[in-house]
Amino acid sequence: MVIDRIDVHPTHTHTTPAGDTFKLRYGRPFPFGATLVPAGVNFSIFSSHATSCTLVLFKKHAPQPFAEIPFLNEFRIGNVFTMIVFDLDYENIEYGYRMDGPFNPQEGFWFDASKIVMDPYAKIIGGRDVWGVTPDWNDIYHHRARISIDDFDWESDRPLEIPDEDLVVYEMHVRSFTRHASSGVKHPGTYAAIRDKIPYLKELGVNCVELMPIYEFDEFENSRPNPTNPDETLLNYWGYSTVGFFAPKAGYAATGKLGMQVDELKTLIKELHKNGIEVILDVVFNHTAEGNERGPTISYRGIDNKTYYMLTPEGYYYNFSGTGNTLNCNNPIVRSMVLDCLRYWASEYHIDGFRFDLAAILSRDAWGAPLANPPLLETLAFDPILAKCKLIAEAWDAGGLYQVGSFPAFGRWAEWNGKYRDGIRKFLKGEPGLLGDTAQRIQGSPDLYAWGGRGPATSINFITCHDGLTLMDMVSYNGKHNEANGENNNDGNNDNDSWNCGWEGETDDFGINMLRRRQIKNAVSILMMSQGVPMILMGDEVGRTQYGNNNTYCHDNDLNWLNWELIEKNADLFKFFKHIIAFRNAHPVLRNRDHFRNHDYVGSGYADITWHGTQAWQADWSESSQVLAFMLCGKHAKGGTVEDNYIYVAINMHWQSLGFSIPGLPSGMQWHVFANTGANYPEDSFEPGTEPVLADQHNILLGDRSILILVGK
Amino acid sequence: MAFTATLEQIDDVAKITLSGELDASTAGIFKEEIEKVSTENFKHLVLDMGDLEYMASAGLRVLIFAKQKMGSYVDIYVIKAQELVLDTLEKTGFDQSVIIQDDYPG
Repeated sequence: MVIDRIDVHPTHTHTTPAGDTFKLRYGRPFPFGATLVPAGVNFSIFSSHATSCTLVLFKKHAPQPFAEIPFLNEFRIGNVFTMIVFDLDYENIEYGYRMDGPFNPQEGFWFDASKIVMDPYAKIIGGRDVWGVTPDWNDIYHHRARISIDDFDWESDRPLEIPDEDLVVYEMHVRSFTRHASSGVKHPGTYAAIRDKIPYLKELGVNCVELMPIYEFDEFENSRPNPTNPDETLLNYWGYSTVGFFAPKAGYAATGKLGMQVDELKTLIKELHKNGIEVILDVVFNHTAEGNERGPTISYRGIDNKTYYMLTPEGYYYNFSGTGNTLNCNNPIVRSMVLDCLRYWASEYHIDGFRFDLAAILSRDAWGAPLANPPLLETLAFDPILAKCKLIAEAWDAGGLYQVGSFPAFGRWAEWNGKYRDGIRKFLKGEPGLLGDTAQRIQGSPDLYAWGGRGPATSINFITCHDGLTLMDMVSYNGKHNEANGENNNDGNNDNDSWNCGWEGETDDFGINMLRRRQIKNAVSILMMSQGVPMILMGDEVGRTQYGNNNTYCHDNDLNWLNWELIEKNADLFKFFKHIIAFRNAHPVLRNRDHFRNHDYVGSGYADITWHGTQAWQADWSESSQVLAFMLCGKHAKGGTVEDNYIYVAINMHWQSLGFSIPGLPSGMQWHVFANTGANYPEDSFEPGTEPVLADQHNILLGDRSILILVGK
Repeated sequence: MAFTATLEQIDDVAKITLSGELDASTAGIFKEEIEKVSTENFKHLVLDMGDLEYMASAGLRVLIFAKQKMGSYVDIYVIKAQELVLDTLEKTGFDQSVIIQDDYPG
């Protein structure tokens, strides 16, 4: 005989002034958040300093709550308020809390029971269900926690666990990718639309998409009319300002208005996985959407201000993020929340990895001082659920802490290699004295990582990312042009290391345009020939422009949207990208797990990597040299464990054509031309496997600012 | 239009005809019919959505419930679904878990 468990029955009741009676029971403190349990919903929330807490229940979208249920004294254990409410129509409600306690900002206390605050563990957040719909500013509860039922059918899916060094990352913004009318999808700007474009990603050859923030944010945070264009409302478009860490951005879902964003996003991830594409999330744990003292109280400030934020002795918010506040990540409670969050996304959404925005902040203590062994970073590195997830740090912050090469790695953390971006950009534009630096970057930055026992895949190599100029703009503008942001061109980075090739902005000059295209191909050539993990920015493969704007965080328009007509317009660039990504994917010698040893350890007669100049075997490392050539020995691929072809890359960043003598191959092999950026399209690159034999196996004239890639087989 | 869910059984096929709006307030009705079906040995479950005008998250939850409750032994057919409902099924990926057809040959 099956006996009903007694612990699923109510023990208490609460009758509201309206006469509704709710059946209650002492809840379970774990997990935090709202969780379905037999016959009811378990609510659990912590606050170190609240004196009382009330659960506030709304019907979906209703302006006023239909019930408020105080947590009885016996429903508090330690600092956790927890109760089960029975018979709730959980599909149809929204919930929040009123927290009472001291209000004394100098002491760090911001309790205000007149405000309804959102559960930091909310799994679905309503209130901005459809992108860009102007909110009702008089709403008493803007970001509304809802209950998620984790019933998605993943079938046999799980994270792909592609080896780090084999990744080719594509950084994209969910809305920008398909919002443009030219995308031709049914639901532009959504998760569902990315699914429709998976064939494009496969054709390009990338095996990982890195999504700019998709945690629920408020596009209307700090929204304002554009002073330079009254027709435009400037938005928090990129979303680097989190409202809730556990909920997907509803406005990115075509089904957001139906409350099905969880299903839509999971379906996208499942489908990407089926196509061999991993999903990395760009996560922003350095601050929240609540801003500084003048910002709104959404959640954390009203629940546990002193716990969640770094505060000055006077009670002001430290601002290491440049956005008003700083999340107190190494506080044990906040640390647990971050861990809970990432575990949830890894296990419930099958996320393959995380890129941490301004991650240097995560290594600071409660007063902002950098820690030698930051407990949060260590916890994440050793967590069993996250054990196979990629952990990538943007290893700097807005408070001046720069940790590229020194981020506390615990054997796990990779880094956005800012030194790669800066060095390669300077090299590309022809600055002298960079050969040594460039050689390090091409090898996976052993100067930064080898000493710490960190492999080449520690280095996420990139030349462009969402911050800064696009690749097309990097070769079209010397300076930033951010007037459209309405801040008199004062925002955005001033150190772009860009070169306009002779004219600022768009031009009809044939020679300049040819040079720009060559420089784009040179950039992606160096990127794809480098050890480490290459990352490309959405649209660079088709020459996307932001018209020189290097900080388009606030624009919901053509400045950010990918114009799909560019695929045809810049067919030469697209083809080059496809070929060179395919070439990288075809050659394990470009994707080594360990650093080069600079000698022959397999007996092939060639060291794993050798350096050359215009003369074979004679690299010119002098200050004025702008030539670098190297050869990779195919017998040393992946530490000599697999056999690959030989690869020779000659880089001429000089303004004149130069003759190169080419190193000889083992007998029986011949050099074939995979790419020559100095050649005219379509002879500038070939589909891997179809490379023609090089006519003269010993010498070649390489054009000015051009790169030659040969494959020996 | 009020929501209805009508169950018919023909040999080893169960057919539920849905009409009206399937949302949080009506999903329970649908779920009851699914519960009934899940206790018997059917080969196919046919969901006739010809008169279903709208489906919210709660409706999708019941579909997912049906799929997981019946396992891989029962094929679920969704027939005559209107554009709006079909679109919802596609966006949330449920179209991959069921067989979508204009009609069930019977």
